[in-house]
Amino acid sequence: MSWTRNVLRVNLSNGSITHEPLNMQWANDYLGQRGLATKYLVEEIDPKCDALSPENKMIMTTGPLTGTMASTAGRYSVVTKSPLTGAIACSNSGGYFGNEMKNAGWDMIILEGKSPTPVYLYIENDKAELIPADDLWGKSAWETDELIHSKHQDPMLRIAVVGRAAEKGCLFSAIVNDLHRAAGRSGVGTVMASKNVKAVVLRGTKGVGGISDPAKFFKATEDGKKVLAENAVTGEGLPALGTQVLMNVINEVGALPTHNHREVQFDGASKISGEAMLEVRASDGKANLTTNGACFGCTIACQRISTVDKNHFTVKDKPQYQGNSGGLEFENAWSLGTDCGVDDLDAVTFANFLCNEDAVDPISLGATIAAAMELFEEGAITVKETGGMELKFGSAEALVWATEVTVKGEGFGLDLGMGSKRLCEKYGRPEFSMTVKGQEFPAYDPRGIQGIGLAYATSNRGACHLRGYTVASEILGIPEKTDPLVTEGKAALVKAFQDATAVVDSAGICVFTTFAWTLEDIAPQIDAACEGDWSAERCLEVGERIWNMEREFNLAAGLTAMDDTLPKRLLKDIAAKTGPAKGRVNDLGQMLPEYYQLRGWTPEGVPTDETRMRLGL
Amino acid sequence: MLRSLQIEPEKCTGCLQCEMACSYEAEGVFNPSKSRIKIFTFHEEGRFVPYTCTQCSEAWCMHACPVEAIVINKATGAKEVIDDICVGCKVCTIACPFGTVNYNQDTGTVYKCDLCGGDPECAKACPTQAITYVDSDHGGLERMRAHAAKNLPQDSAQT
Repeated sequence: MSWTRNVLRVNLSNGSITHEPLNMQWANDYLGQRGLATKYLVEEIDPKCDALSPENKMIMTTGPLTGTMASTAGRYSVVTKSPLTGAIACSNSGGYFGNEMKNAGWDMIILEGKSPTPVYLYIENDKAELIPADDLWGKSAWETDELIHSKHQDPMLRIAVVGRAAEKGCLFSAIVNDLHRAAGRSGVGTVMASKNVKAVVLRGTKGVGGISDPAKFFKATEDGKKVLAENAVTGEGLPALGTQVLMNVINEVGALPTHNHREVQFDGASKISGEAMLEVRASDGKANLTTNGACFGCTIACQRISTVDKNHFTVKDKPQYQGNSGGLEFENAWSLGTDCGVDDLDAVTFANFLCNEDAVDPISLGATIAAAMELFEEGAITVKETGGMELKFGSAEALVWATEVTVKGEGFGLDLGMGSKRLCEKYGRPEFSMTVKGQEFPAYDPRGIQGIGLAYATSNRGACHLRGYTVASEILGIPEKTDPLVTEGKAALVKAFQDATAVVDSAGICVFTTFAWTLEDIAPQIDAACEGDWSAERCLEVGERIWNMEREFNLAAGLTAMDDTLPKRLLKDIAAKTGPAKGRVNDLGQMLPEYYQLRGWTPEGVPTDETRMRLGL
Repeated sequence: MLRSLQIEPEKCTGCLQCEMACSYEAEGVFNPSKSRIKIFTFHEEGRFVPYTCTQCSEAWCMHACPVEAIVINKATGAKEVIDDICVGCKVCTIACPFGTVNYNQDTGTVYKCDLCGGDPECAKACPTQAITYVDSDHGGLERMRAHAAKNLPQDSAQT
């Protein structure tokens, strides 16, 4: 066992807080975290419920490795029904919150119903209570974090919190813990705020034990750490440049979506790249990047810790933004920078700070601003809506303004907070929305990387790179190189990545380990920590079971095969204009039928009885 | 030869592997809240700083203890708490200028770094060599070497 076997259930409607044992049968079938919490959600809510109603539930969950010495084992996830997509949501975060939850003795915290007034949940080991949060409502995530720490006079509290955007209904609000780590995507923060919960506060001192075979565990985790240290990506590239190591690489292969996916390469990419973050500024002699950092237990340490130039217009008279904070990851540098055509590193860094300060998903925000910029340039939005702001591609001022109004939920920011799909529908140009199932794209263009198009189209939580990162194979050659411009073989590649990732997300470790680790590295660590035999084969089957369970939730929620598609812009309307993929669109039609077949689904994308039986669904 | 824990904060990433290793050795579970070594995050400054007992020669904690529960391990130089003798009066926690000896409410005694009997787990667990276990007489050796290297001609400088 490395589960605590304890679940904390909080009924916000009537204020009752109960303890219950973890369902170990389900733990055997779904491992933990993403898989296991989704199983609980599937069993407990109506998939058709309104995501922002009290009928929806929100589960914070750790994995069996969370809180142990396995590298990167500090993860937790938030599982709920997404208000952005109407599909399953599962957002994963690092920092120190997941470990603290495990140390407090909980595999899972289930929030159900809706509190009549704002509250925060305070947990100190077995003790849990709901504390009024009227004084915190309306405060940013950063302010709230500080106020709670000072109120309890306890610097060791770990806090996960929502910001002002979530309170105002922004559909892509995140939950931020430790100031700059986020359960980012699909609006999990919006769900938390809809329940009138401002924060979850943890203090755990019990320790994480119950390792099934300690000697085997230390051997397996040591071996794993060695593999990470000796790998070029996890041992050198990520610590030195973070995920931003990718900005120039993806631009060169012609798969960097630019100007709301009108182009696939960005002239200004190098100015906002990982390399640019190391360049010393003329004004203060410092680089954007101060240092790298690690989440709990992580021996990779890819976090960026950065400052904005004190003389830059964004922070000039605002000393509170002149210190260090979480710097740019590739996805955020892409969405807030490239997609909006902004190559001002300081402006993009500042916009990212604002997203952390008020717990907003920077991928969805940047992509939505990019859509708004196209709407503006096409005349569908005018200065009437923006209150005078020229919302043009390339404008750092416009980017910062749009970010500020969205994170605070003011004026036109309320429109932006609906996300790209609803925004473009409202202003009469739905074809401008670069989304799948209502969720905005991340930083890889499906015209230049064919397999990732299939991964986006079939992702259970809408467009997402973290549900099947075929970029690893198609661009980086991990575990083996495939041609990004070829569709053949991509259905099998996508399925393999999706299933493996579902296991990683259910174990309590970080998906970035898979730049170096395969399931052959991961399974022995799970096997040594947990009772029972956890072979790589069993792990992969668990992953496939999880994927199909999530699929069935989505089908029951009303989604169909019609939703497994990409925007017309990428399939037909605009071929790649430059780079190696010049002239190409995404050939989804060549991959999707084979994918359904490999999955054991009908041509309508429904798992067959045989598949359901095989996986024990 | 006595050895000491050498801490180089600029190498620390804040991963807390040391806190897990320390608490597992001492308590048998991964429990950062009971770690003898602590990592402090200075968010605004963008720094992580490990801190633990430096094993003072004339240890304030040892001299302050009214029941002689803190003794020197002659082999390692560590000042070790004898749990059976400690009465939990906490005078040592007041005497220590660095805050590195602390009270454990679960056991009613104090706890501090004991250098794991001469094989400190924190140093072994640190993935970036921010914590090393080196000759006590030459803690400054690497820093001296780095400064010495500045005298080398530019093209052959190796630090």
